[in-house]
Amino acid sequence: MALNSKVPHGPLKDKWTDYKNQINLVNPANKRHIDVIVVGTGLAGGSAAATLAELGYNVKSFAYQDSPRRAHSIAAQGGINAAKNYQGDGDSTYRLFYDTVKGGDYRSREANVYRLAEVSANIIDQCVAQGVPFARDYGGLLDNRSFGGVLVSRTFYAKGQTGQQLLLGAYSAMNRQIARGKIEMFNRHEMLDVVVVDGKARGIIARNLVTGEIERHSAHAVVIASGGYGNVYFLSTNAMGSNVTAGWKVHKKGAYFANPCYTQIHPTCIPRSGDYQSKLTLMSESLRNDGRIWVPKNLEDVKAIREGKLKPTDLTEEQRDYYLERRYPAFGNLVPRDVASRAAKERCDAGFGVNATGEAVYLDFAASFERYGSEQAKIQNISNPSPEKIKQLGQEIVRAKYGNLFQMYEKIVDENPYETPMMIYPAVHYTMGGVWVDYNLMTTIPGCYAIGEANFSDHGANRLGASALMQGLADGYFVLPYTIGDYLSDDIRTGKISTDTPEFDAAEKEVSERINFLINNKGTHSVDHYHKKLGKIMWDKCGMSRNKEGLEAAIEEISALREDFWKNVLVPGTATEYNEQLAKAGRVADFLELGELFAKDALVREESAGGHFREEYQTDDGEAKRMKEFQFVSAWEYKGEPKNAVLHKEDLAYENIEVKERSYK
Amino acid sequence: MNLTLKIWRQLDASDKGEMVDYKVTEISEHMSFLEMMDVLNEQLIASGKEPVAFDHDCREGICGMCSMYINGEAHGPDRGVTTCQLHMRMFKDGDTITIEPFRAAAFPVIKDLVVDRSAFDRIQHSGGYVSVNTSGNTQDANATLISKTAADKAMDAATCIGCGACVATCKNSSAMLFVGAKVSQYALLPQGQVEATDRVMNMVHQMDLEGFGNCTNTGACEIECPKGISLENIARMNREFLKASIKG
Repeated sequence: MALNSKVPHGPLKDKWTDYKNQINLVNPANKRHIDVIVVGTGLAGGSAAATLAELGYNVKSFAYQDSPRRAHSIAAQGGINAAKNYQGDGDSTYRLFYDTVKGGDYRSREANVYRLAEVSANIIDQCVAQGVPFARDYGGLLDNRSFGGVLVSRTFYAKGQTGQQLLLGAYSAMNRQIARGKIEMFNRHEMLDVVVVDGKARGIIARNLVTGEIERHSAHAVVIASGGYGNVYFLSTNAMGSNVTAGWKVHKKGAYFANPCYTQIHPTCIPRSGDYQSKLTLMSESLRNDGRIWVPKNLEDVKAIREGKLKPTDLTEEQRDYYLERRYPAFGNLVPRDVASRAAKERCDAGFGVNATGEAVYLDFAASFERYGSEQAKIQNISNPSPEKIKQLGQEIVRAKYGNLFQMYEKIVDENPYETPMMIYPAVHYTMGGVWVDYNLMTTIPGCYAIGEANFSDHGANRLGASALMQGLADGYFVLPYTIGDYLSDDIRTGKISTDTPEFDAAEKEVSERINFLINNKGTHSVDHYHKKLGKIMWDKCGMSRNKEGLEAAIEEISALREDFWKNVLVPGTATEYNEQLAKAGRVADFLELGELFAKDALVREESAGGHFREEYQTDDGEAKRMKEFQFVSAWEYKGEPKNAVLHKEDLAYENIEVKERSYK
Repeated sequence: MNLTLKIWRQLDASDKGEMVDYKVTEISEHMSFLEMMDVLNEQLIASGKEPVAFDHDCREGICGMCSMYINGEAHGPDRGVTTCQLHMRMFKDGDTITIEPFRAAAFPVIKDLVVDRSAFDRIQHSGGYVSVNTSGNTQDANATLISKTAADKAMDAATCIGCGACVATCKNSSAMLFVGAKVSQYALLPQGQVEATDRVMNMVHQMDLEGFGNCTNTGACEIECPKGISLENIARMNREFLKASIKG
């Protein structure tokens, strides 16, 4: 099947408006007869479910957590971008579009990104109307901060809990529809397969995680909003339950999977402390507004610090290497995430890591305390303030901005970041790759959509900070609810979809057999044993830098590990009870397939772009080197074993932006 | 360190349940409490026993899923943290630690330490929203000025993660801190004013229907709340309720 992105014709800035004016609509009376399934209740799924229900569709929403409010969007900290230009610093729809395409290393689809930038301002209006308490300045207007890879302040925020507040906004919109009966909510349910009837997605098979019951749910369209697959690395900043299962199941039933190798390794996470570690914790990128990143200049100082003979605060300015400011003077500490992560790895690989594992750099706020403190002293008319007074005044400002993050750091590391610099190291955070979708956000299975992090569409090879929230809500509030109508307008006479059909029988049988196999296998190793092994292969060979040899080895190792898993995995308990190990076994089984496709995708992409860094393809000063012939989206078609997947290319054309070397110097 | 754990085991909602003793060894003080539980569960799986079921997801203190009652305190002995943020450095070698689910009539046990908190969702369904459709035509976000103080206070109230520690802590199993926080967030913002009367009446009504108890102002909820939600929110809800009752 040839890929058709269905990008409308016409000038970039008119595409979306003209398209909306032309697509088919479903009249309000007919929407009552149409059902839509939404899998996932994060920013994308929650906002889509609420909006579809407001429009009049009957929505069935699914979440594996005990409430829609717990989806992992809740953990997003720093903020959400919007081209409002409230600061008057030269922002515009075009500039947000430009920054996003450049930030994605020219590997995203122009028309999608422009549409995202266009609707970004609506998101802020909508959320404020819902009662989302964004930060404000003393005049009562909305406040902004800056994020990496841009030269304007366009990020709206609610302390360090922006994702939480936006998700609670979407959750409240859902609640209103749940109360009206327009959304039927299935908590503690997990989608385990999609049901395709006559070539169209017509329902799902889900498992009730409390009783173990396998359920059939039908609908006229299925929306996958199940987030990213960062947990393929075992350790990531994702939630423990975050998984690829929904996306992978639709892939196996015909949806192409795009760019799996584009993974974001976030530069500012709390370093790992031991083998027992179950997950990693992010420290918001917003901290790079006020924190300066450094390692000691001299290896002797590194050694002394590791041995506890020297404190970081003992080092003078001359003894410190602010390597981001040194290498990238224009953007400094606010370079994009991929660049900042690689730079940290480069310093640590050279032996300058500042903790026992050698994998940590400093994020230092001393200069900010000083700067804010002096400013406050002036505002408060304090003459000749002592250095201590200045520091204290400055710390109060920093506490107001990032207090919860500093508290989180102190609880985990047991060090006070107001007194000593934070230690940070890159960790897996987000996946730009995902299910391939066209301009309508429809996958290659008609009637099956993918939105938010679950799809691949807007971030190219690297996502800019504060853009995930923007994309999730753009897809859910403002894009999918329009585009899905065009498809559903053919379904107004279809009537209720029966679940009593051979297609549902077959899908349910397949799901039940797999569950029974896992439960009855009674092998020797726990699910986590396999997950950790997979994570190690992924991190070592498909991590921050990759090469041909390593990727080839990874494909073989993952394939062998998968075989071992199906022979020797041990899942305790039964299939008819609350059984977290069983749920996890299914998710890890899917990661074991995805991981192999991931490595294959990385192997085939013989260039460096954004989060995908191939050691063979770098410039003389160690920057990512893109190759013109790889200016395409890799969309993989499932053919049994992941290593046999077939590649389809969607060529990327840039008509409104000049493709240049991506420089932040 | 080596520890003795006394853990509540309960097969399902209908099972009577009991405390069971376990030993764990070589626990690092840098582990989180849930990582210690992971160690225990791997140990149980390896010896052919059923692991302990507990709720958890983000493991960074924001999703509100984790919910353990440790040594008689919701989320354990540390302050301002959820169970997942509690670290083993709060305990000593040789300690015996008691671990129970959040207990309240409105939070029935599903299995072991997992409870059903859907009552919280139903309270939110009854009024925890502003009735505004998604349109793309709402007024500009800066059209209504909101004072920084009001916005900050609304944010403080909105910080609630819905974990239920307040209910588990309260001797009356009252949910007034939870409901008060939501009512307060909207009461403090202009967007919440139009539906203020119905909201507080409906949410309080639903709270009573769910079987949560009353508030007797002991303030225990505020102390155990991992997000430091203030008792002020209960006072504000009471004022809103009174105002709404008089208005009718």
